[in-house]
Amino acid sequence: MLAKRIIPCLDVKNGRVVKGTNFVGLVDAGDPVEQAKFYDAEGADELIFLDITASSDNRNTILEVVQRTAEEVTIPFTIGGGIRTTDDMRTMLRSGADKVSVNTAAVNDPRLISDGAERFGVQCIVTAIDAKRTAEGMWKVFIHGGRTPTELDAVEWAQRCEELGAGEILLTSMDRDGTKDGYDVELLQRVTGAVRIPVIASGGAGTLEHLYDGFALGHADAVLAASIFHFRQYTIRQAKDFLRTKNILVRT
Amino acid sequence: MIGIVDYHLNNLRSVQKAFEKAGAPSFISDDPAQLRTADKLVLPGVGAFGQAMENLHTLGLKDVVLAHAAAGRPLLGICLGMQLLFSRSFELGEYEGLGLLRGEVRRFPGTVKVPHMGWNQIEFTAPSPLLQGVPEDAFVYFVHSYYVVPQDDVTVTRTDYGTRFTSIVRQGNIFGIQFHPEKSQSAGLQLLKNFAGI
Repeated sequence: MLAKRIIPCLDVKNGRVVKGTNFVGLVDAGDPVEQAKFYDAEGADELIFLDITASSDNRNTILEVVQRTAEEVTIPFTIGGGIRTTDDMRTMLRSGADKVSVNTAAVNDPRLISDGAERFGVQCIVTAIDAKRTAEGMWKVFIHGGRTPTELDAVEWAQRCEELGAGEILLTSMDRDGTKDGYDVELLQRVTGAVRIPVIASGGAGTLEHLYDGFALGHADAVLAASIFHFRQYTIRQAKDFLRTKNILVRT
Repeated sequence: MIGIVDYHLNNLRSVQKAFEKAGAPSFISDDPAQLRTADKLVLPGVGAFGQAMENLHTLGLKDVVLAHAAAGRPLLGICLGMQLLFSRSFELGEYEGLGLLRGEVRRFPGTVKVPHMGWNQIEFTAPSPLLQGVPEDAFVYFVHSYYVVPQDDVTVTRTDYGTRFTSIVRQGNIFGIQFHPEKSQSAGLQLLKNFAGI
């Protein structure tokens, strides 16, 4: 049977790992490649790097991180942030990333998803959706690292991404991100119920119980977490042991 | 020396690096002449079936792979590379494969999430030198939307994803692995090491 995945996320700025609370107040948490190796050895199932450097000035910094990671790490990894064209995708994939994640650029031009899927295969196109609750049972898509609202409904956009050829959805609750209050289970339920591609839960993991909720209640295929692992509140092993006792199938 | 066939669809460094870790030197090439010197060939790959066959053809690599297999030398297809070994695929149309193994490539049914993405287990169904030292039910990393349905008895392992599909095949000198051994930590490295030692 297919195991549920635990994915540490490394937010990278100018080649260093940072993790914010509600996207502000960044704290330096180390070198990305060293952390990637550590998580690999500890039993993480995949890794995601989100490059939040934003400006194009330092694109080579993240490329170097990707190349070094590809040399050192034996599990799959995704790179997101600042990918605007299929050529950007190609550069990342040729440098050794297994998947690329698109967000703002895909909202601005959805053909980026279909073109990327056609050129590189659906399996390597992850669509990241930053969703914020705007009314009861209603979430809107935000772009530019959560700074800019759009008119897109998050659930409808997820369905559209699937149609366009996304292989996976990385769904971040902006309301929960950095709060440690747990994933937005209702949002997860709505999206996992609406698409037939894997969904990664993101935003809000603060305890191991939250990871369990993401799988058992939110029906996520994978859970992403940053702070709880980066600051050694829990190890990946502890997380997996806990999930196993709750009858969630995880990789040994 | 192991030759890794580069047909211009993806990064092959991770495959080469995995062989390196398994203690087996290899080279990556799209040059038919150089690939003809390899005593073992690896056909890796992710991407679309039709595009892959077209690239193999236009780069003059299809004949190299077929000649290598016909000479009885070991050939390993990985992921899409395994699917290419079969007669035909129904990925985004209908395409002819290399036809080294009889059978076809079909899409997973709508009852499961597609792509099949993540760590799943392999159940041994036939003995194979590839499985030497690999633990039964080991978790390995899959990413694919299509799976092979062999016509002959070539299945070595199966994996449960809605259906118990074929995840490793072997017929004589022809081997195929549906998952990514180069991304599957120790079990994957062991498989590659075993192939290198054949």
